[in-house]
Amino acid sequence: MSSTPVHIEGAPASVPVADADGYSRHDWLPRGSAALMYRLGVASRTLAAIVGGYALSALVATVSAIYFPGTRAEAAIFGMLASFVIYTMAVLWVFAVRSAWRAWLGLLLPAIPLAIAVLFHLYLRSAP
Amino acid sequence: MKEGFRQSMNWVHTWSGLLVGWVLFMVFAAGTASYFKDEISFWMKPELHQAGVSLLPEVEVANNAIAALQQRAPASPRWFITLPTEREPGVRASWSGAPVAKGAAEPPLEPGVTRRGRFYSAALDPATGKPLAATRETRGGEFFYRLHFDLHYMPAVWARWIIGFCAMFMLVAIITGIVTHRRIFADFFTFRPKKGQRSWLDAHNATAVLALPYHLMITYTGLVTLMLMYMPWGPQVTYQGDQQAFTAEVFPASGPRDPKPSGIATPLTPMAPLIAQAQQRWGEGSITRITVNNPGDAVATITLSRRGGHDMSSAQPAMIFNGTSGKLLSEVDEDRGAAITTRSVLYGLHLGRFADPLLRGLFFVSGLAGCVMVATGLLLWAVKERNKYTKVVAKGGRVGWGSRLVDGLNVGAIAGLMIAMPAFFWANRLLPVGMAARGQAEIDLFFGVWAVAAIAGLAWPTRRMWIVQLGIAAFLFGAIPLLNAATTATHLGASIPAGMWAVAGFDLTCLGLGAALLLCAVWLGRRKPANRTQRAAPAHLSQEPAL
Repeated sequence: MSSTPVHIEGAPASVPVADADGYSRHDWLPRGSAALMYRLGVASRTLAAIVGGYALSALVATVSAIYFPGTRAEAAIFGMLASFVIYTMAVLWVFAVRSAWRAWLGLLLPAIPLAIAVLFHLYLRSAP
Repeated sequence: MKEGFRQSMNWVHTWSGLLVGWVLFMVFAAGTASYFKDEISFWMKPELHQAGVSLLPEVEVANNAIAALQQRAPASPRWFITLPTEREPGVRASWSGAPVAKGAAEPPLEPGVTRRGRFYSAALDPATGKPLAATRETRGGEFFYRLHFDLHYMPAVWARWIIGFCAMFMLVAIITGIVTHRRIFADFFTFRPKKGQRSWLDAHNATAVLALPYHLMITYTGLVTLMLMYMPWGPQVTYQGDQQAFTAEVFPASGPRDPKPSGIATPLTPMAPLIAQAQQRWGEGSITRITVNNPGDAVATITLSRRGGHDMSSAQPAMIFNGTSGKLLSEVDEDRGAAITTRSVLYGLHLGRFADPLLRGLFFVSGLAGCVMVATGLLLWAVKERNKYTKVVAKGGRVGWGSRLVDGLNVGAIAGLMIAMPAFFWANRLLPVGMAARGQAEIDLFFGVWAVAAIAGLAWPTRRMWIVQLGIAAFLFGAIPLLNAATTATHLGASIPAGMWAVAGFDLTCLGLGAALLLCAVWLGRRKPANRTQRAAPAHLSQEPAL
């Protein structure tokens, strides 16, 4: 919400320039590898936020449904209610950290034990 | 990803808000209208305005409706009877069509009955059970309610995923907006008019902060209403995919699963003792719906559902009776687990059906604030973006395509919708009453008008286009009381003394919206372009600022 222009790390300042035909464009379209890396980073984070965030919140919902105390209907509903909060937090995390790698790592670290918990439940159920 | 946490969140706020803002504006506008969908439907069926319907005892109304259904749909597997309220004077009878042989034609509809798929519905006079004066075919306020989450012209499932995606963006935009906002309290009292970008920012902040609890609540609860679809993974695992078992445990009020009809014809038990039992438990006037499964069959059941009126939760306790003996089979009580109760409270909050007129009005105003918040957010992006081109435009250059596209979409999505909504009401009164597929024609007109406005906006995203479109919208909204006066006898001079608040309130609200839109148009027309250099640009190259 601040009105001061924000300098983007790695990207040249965003200054529109007019070209010969009188049309103008932003000057931060690919100029060297730094800008390209920045754009790849944004794409990677967007993917992490939308897909990774959903996967993490779906895992939280599933683990709650399995292990939350109370009836299984209660547990399932609790997991769903919580999942959108987790999703929002995941998105914030992804865009708050310093690099896209960290963003993915931060999603993966909690996802692994959650996935193991789900697989463990599935294994117990399928075992005779 | 940016230099600081706040800057990063600012970036997320900007883009999550911008990319889906046009859809969100429609969702907010249609959702806000839906708070009064019964009143909108009533206004759109002027044939009902004259029906002086008095409140009769529940037993009498129920018996009349059941007699009407026995005559009209004896072979139907299920009847629903919704008892009249102050907001809906007719008794609504709906029923599933009797199974028909494949390829056989559906029976023709009698006047006053509407059909959607295999589902029939009619408004009956509570005193006689006869369909109320044949009303014009219209979707009424139901259209906005469905548009709000089902969109139109596409399968509802896709639409709900799209809306859910946008709602998630909205939730992120709200949270990042709060995080970004340093001076959340002070800015609420800050408005700097006629300062270009600062004014838009202030307007955005004020409407966002003013109704912040509402915005957060409505976005989260919106996701909750459809969460069984968005997040099905938990019950997928724990119920091993048995969707029906899950539904039955979460919503016991939906009753025992229907037994197959036995084929043995047995008359339905009298309603009076059943209703007396319900009244004894819940009090008089507290039954909202009567559901009859397998009417006229030996395995019939009758479910009486309690009005959710004074309870925020959307869960409706119900009593289920044997349909032939009248014996109480089971009671569905509201006392369930914390999470399920929480869900139904959140669901109920989103729909706002528990609210009395005052609270409903507050929700409506908050919804309007939401519309303004989304609209000013979109405009803010456009104004900021255009400011980057000041020097370029001064030299005779043009603004970039992104700026132009956003300007065009802003006109089309904001002003265009403000034209399409009243156009829907005008179509309701001006299309021939007896025309075929009239309900759909109103809807097609709504989208047709919107499409024209959007194309015009995209082609000429200029300040003049804003003034023209807002002016048209102001006229269409503001003249609705006149339209009503010209097409019915229940103009404001008649509806206010008669205490017909549904009709009078609709007229007055439209008048108010028209006045507000007119103010916007006049203000835009009088304001000088903020940047003089833009005027100096050669006419054929200059991009007139939209705002």
